[in-house]
Amino acid sequence: MSKQPKDWLKGVLSAYDTVVIGSGLAGMTSANLLAKMGHKVLLAEHHYNMGGMATWFKRKGGHIMDISLHGFPCGMIKTLRKYWSQDISERVIQLKNVRFDNPQFSLNTSFDKIDFTHILRERFGIMKEVIDEFFMTARNMNFYDEMVMTTRDLFEKFFPGRTDVWRFLMEPITYANGSTLDDPALTYGIVFSNFMDKGVFTYQGGTDHLITEMKKELLRNGVDIRTHCMVEKIYVEDKTVQGVRINGQDIACKSVLSNSNLLTTIEQLTGEEHFEPEFIEEVKKVRLNNSSCQVYMGIKKGETVPHVGDLLFSSVADEYCTDKILSKDVTSRTFSFYYPEIRPGTNRYSIVSSTNARYQDWAKLSESQYKKDKHDLEQNTLDALEKYVPGIRKKVDHVEASTPKTFKRYTLHPSGTSFGTKFEGLKISRDLPNQINGLFHAGSVGIIMSGWLGAANYGVIVANETDKFLRQLRPSLVTASA
Amino acid sequence: MTIEDVRKVILNILADIAPDEDISSIDDNTKLRDQIDLDSMDFLDIVMELRKRFNIEVPEKDYEHLATMAGCVSYLTPLLKDRQLAS
Ligand SMILES: Cc1cc2nc3c(=O)[nH]c(=O)nc-3n(C[C@H](O)[C@H](O)[C@H](O)COP(=O)(O)OP(=O)(O)OC[C@H]3O[C@@H](n4cnc5c(N)ncnc54)[C@H](O)[C@@H]3O)c2cc1C
Repeated sequence: MSKQPKDWLKGVLSAYDTVVIGSGLAGMTSANLLAKMGHKVLLAEHHYNMGGMATWFKRKGGHIMDISLHGFPCGMIKTLRKYWSQDISERVIQLKNVRFDNPQFSLNTSFDKIDFTHILRERFGIMKEVIDEFFMTARNMNFYDEMVMTTRDLFEKFFPGRTDVWRFLMEPITYANGSTLDDPALTYGIVFSNFMDKGVFTYQGGTDHLITEMKKELLRNGVDIRTHCMVEKIYVEDKTVQGVRINGQDIACKSVLSNSNLLTTIEQLTGEEHFEPEFIEEVKKVRLNNSSCQVYMGIKKGETVPHVGDLLFSSVADEYCTDKILSKDVTSRTFSFYYPEIRPGTNRYSIVSSTNARYQDWAKLSESQYKKDKHDLEQNTLDALEKYVPGIRKKVDHVEASTPKTFKRYTLHPSGTSFGTKFEGLKISRDLPNQINGLFHAGSVGIIMSGWLGAANYGVIVANETDKFLRQLRPSLVTASA
Repeated sequence: MTIEDVRKVILNILADIAPDEDISSIDDNTKLRDQIDLDSMDFLDIVMELRKRFNIEVPEKDYEHLATMAGCVSYLTPLLKDRQLAS
């Protein structure tokens, strides 16, 4: 007897105010807000889990691996409190020990403005006035500023020729959002300042706890959550959103908020023919951001790892160099050490190594070569880690790698992009509703709207636009204060 | 709503957005930003709350009117004059 395939859309309504495509942090945050504002929201996620890149997986031996919990700015506390709940926000804790180790310098820092100022003075011999002005310039950058200056220009202006300083200031940000010295300085300024405000933070309980709590909150607010549900098409007529097709089934809606990649949303889900040709011309210029490789190392039950730091930016490259950071011949890695405090009561450790990577480098390999290269990546990572955790091979009982292909498979993002698009994507994302009534996009885009904080806040910004749109269609809607 | 009611509404919204701040001593003519810790997301929250509670749309070009308490009150009072203060 063949088993009846499960109907993941069972009981779905025939129409919604908004269909949110994808349950990344932007998608979930906007779905939550729109539901709280009184709209009927369907949240459709193709994967069996929610969270998008904010995810985790479990392996035999009691291992839990976090994918993107290396750290976020303290602004996340406020975002979680305002758009999720007080309880969720109270779980945010600081990571106090960030380490750099490379041929130019080895140092520890709490990764905030006070400590960076101190290090720039004492260690790198930069004058106090220069440091202060640098911080001020970075802080005052706005996303509507003119973007003539690149990050390279910015560094050249304040720290000419000081590639050691550049590395200190830039390497962590490159890992955080894939930006390079050639991206607009404002993308650097905004993200760097967010971190420098108070340091790097994480979520106690792990990604699984966060996403589980968010799911409860979404259900409480009346969001219709559907996993295993692939949105295949956004229907548009007369430049207005009509509905979507999910798992072959048509569902009407007044608006769509897509957390799917920006280019996928335009080119595949909607179709270029619905947009102005000039707009599509601009869309073609949008560059995707890079992808990632990770190696997940689970520590045996009962084994421990000494406190060698929370985040470790390690590199054997002479100088900071984006090309080298992206290269398949890995010279630079970020290690995240997850101690038992991350999941109190479990007494378990794990270590995740992350590197930025290019999709093409992995996609073109034969199956056997791909396997071999993945294996090599795991082994080289263990070798590199030996320096910091002697005897690591004896402590580890699970090792596994992911590549740009892995990220693509789970998030459907073209080229497995980890951080959406380069800066030009933001304008396109913001312009979607001017092209098609009721079509919105929220999710990693434009460098500044990526990362946990950027994606969640962008979800709020776009939910505001969507709410405005929906209320124009239904002027009588007034929601009692919460 | 009277001018006093409108001021209450705004204080009410601010209390939700910034629960850790002392809003009782806000000076009406000094920028809100300089008195309590508000960023651009917080101002967006004010706009969303006004829409949610009263169906008032504050266009982006008018955000500057929300910079001080006095500005908020004089901008919003005409828009809210026919409304009742929810109990
Ligand atoms: C390896 C790695 C490490 C990172 N580390 C950090 C970190 O330490 N700190 C930090 O702040 N950020 C980190 N980031 C970045 C951060 O995780 C992301 O920027 C953020 O989570 C992206 O959220 P998002 O809302 O843009 O959507 P995504 O997380 O990209 O989610 C999009 C969702 O949409 C779904 N979807 C797409 N198309 C469809 C469709 N057609 N139908 C149904 N569902 C669909 C996908 O399955 C996915 O769930 C990291 C990223 C990576 C890859």
